[in-house]
Amino acid sequence: MPLNIGIIGFQGDVSEHAELLKKAANKLEVEVSVHEVRNRTQLDSVEALIIPGGESTTMFKLLKLYSMYDKIIELAKNGLPVMGTCAGLILISSKTNDERVEGMGLIDTEIERNAYGRQIDSFMDDIDIKGIGKYKAVFIRAPVISKPGKADVLAEYKNKPVMVGQGKVLGLTFHPELTKDTRVHEYFIKMIEGEGSTSSGDL
Amino acid sequence: MSTDISQLRFGEELIKRGFAKMTKGGVIMDVTTAEQAKIAEDAGAVAVMALERVPADIRAAGGVARMADPEKIKEILNSVSIPVMAKVRIGHVSEGYTLEALGVDMLDESEVLTPADPFFHVYKKQLKVPVVCGARTLPEAVRRIVEGAAMIRTKGEAGTGNVVEAVRHIRMVNEEIGIIKDLSQEELKKVSEKVAENYRVLRKTASEDLFGDENYLTGYNLFYGQNLEKMEAEVLKVLKEVRRLGRLPVVNFAAGGVATPADGALMMKLGMDGVFVGSGIFKSTDPKRMAKAVVEAVENYEDYKIIGNVSSGLSGMQGMEIEKMPKEQRLQERGW
Repeated sequence: MPLNIGIIGFQGDVSEHAELLKKAANKLEVEVSVHEVRNRTQLDSVEALIIPGGESTTMFKLLKLYSMYDKIIELAKNGLPVMGTCAGLILISSKTNDERVEGMGLIDTEIERNAYGRQIDSFMDDIDIKGIGKYKAVFIRAPVISKPGKADVLAEYKNKPVMVGQGKVLGLTFHPELTKDTRVHEYFIKMIEGEGSTSSGDL
Repeated sequence: MSTDISQLRFGEELIKRGFAKMTKGGVIMDVTTAEQAKIAEDAGAVAVMALERVPADIRAAGGVARMADPEKIKEILNSVSIPVMAKVRIGHVSEGYTLEALGVDMLDESEVLTPADPFFHVYKKQLKVPVVCGARTLPEAVRRIVEGAAMIRTKGEAGTGNVVEAVRHIRMVNEEIGIIKDLSQEELKKVSEKVAENYRVLRKTASEDLFGDENYLTGYNLFYGQNLEKMEAEVLKVLKEVRRLGRLPVVNFAAGGVATPADGALMMKLGMDGVFVGSGIFKSTDPKRMAKAVVEAVENYEDYKIIGNVSSGLSGMQGMEIEKMPKEQRLQERGW
């Protein structure tokens, strides 16, 4: 049976995640089946979930509207592996410091939205990811992880964490899906398969 | 592994196009006040377009429509957390840099404003912020991408509440992409020469003026120091990308005339990446409900029960029949 991975599919760079995930799986010789998830029922069949980049306010409203928000929390508590990139990280964080978006608390990490500034301040630079190595990261109107809490810091940029992991949950302030580099998605697949979960354990 | 990205730096294509990708599947709404911006954000818009007047009012007012008052833009920038876009006149580089300096997240080089340059659009590669441009056809879209547009939208016919022109432009671009997909190298080269031809208009006009022969002077310095060969090569590069991908290489939205939730759904059904709604929200009788309804319809564009539910008792703005409109009043004729 292929590994069934869902991507929250309302909005954002959904197809980019799907494409890179398939490439990563191919490299690892793991069979995956990737689905866009747009309603509560579709959440039932996924074995792992990606919340992509996009607008966190928009995704938050739609996840609430279609009763998916609480369901994701419940599934994650029962061990569903989740990766959130940028807007996705904001949604899975424990605190967003913005009344417009409430974090799910899947990872014990505090966020400041748009902390680097506006689009003109978006950038690309080298980071070093634990277990992956040197990596070119793309930051677009990125949030800042102000307090990683109990999560493991897997990468930093200018002394601020940019990638954190806790149990089977991964959060990134940057966008691996915008590049051709499959290593972060490979890391996530290995984590799903139980080889790469980070040390901090449950919340 | 990360092949072509090592040479890209701040403000370059990947970051600009990447920003546009974050809006995919969403609705971008025209707003004229901080209060409207908050309504749009609350409804789930992925970005707002900051304006002094919505297109329907610009159309009604007539005269020269320019970049919005920076004070208005700042007011809107400060009121929401979602990205804020603003319109720049076609070819008005200085308005472009001014908006960039204000902190606007994306510019819309828009035919809704009065064009400032009769010969050239803005050379968008020189700006750090991403720019979206309107297009009615594939050649228009390709030229804008060559100039550095990070996103394309249909022109439609703004401020009319009538989607027929947006649909025309979607169908036209899709048809042309379908044709491109099957072309040989040689045929594609031919198309690229035709597409690049428009960059020669200024040179031809000057040549005619000085020598009475529009082809007496040819070649060099056609567009920001680039010669015809360079422009043709750039056009060919984008056309090859279109052929390989079977779609535009940048995010492609619908715009111009979307007035109801079902209109939004239709745009998605026709394969668009998302929808701009200009006058359709705040010229409707219940903007709050309309804003939410359009977002829900776009997100669930094939779930007709949801579209029926959100549309119930909701009336769209007063529309205009475009057939009866004199050509000079059609905003889509602006730009090339």
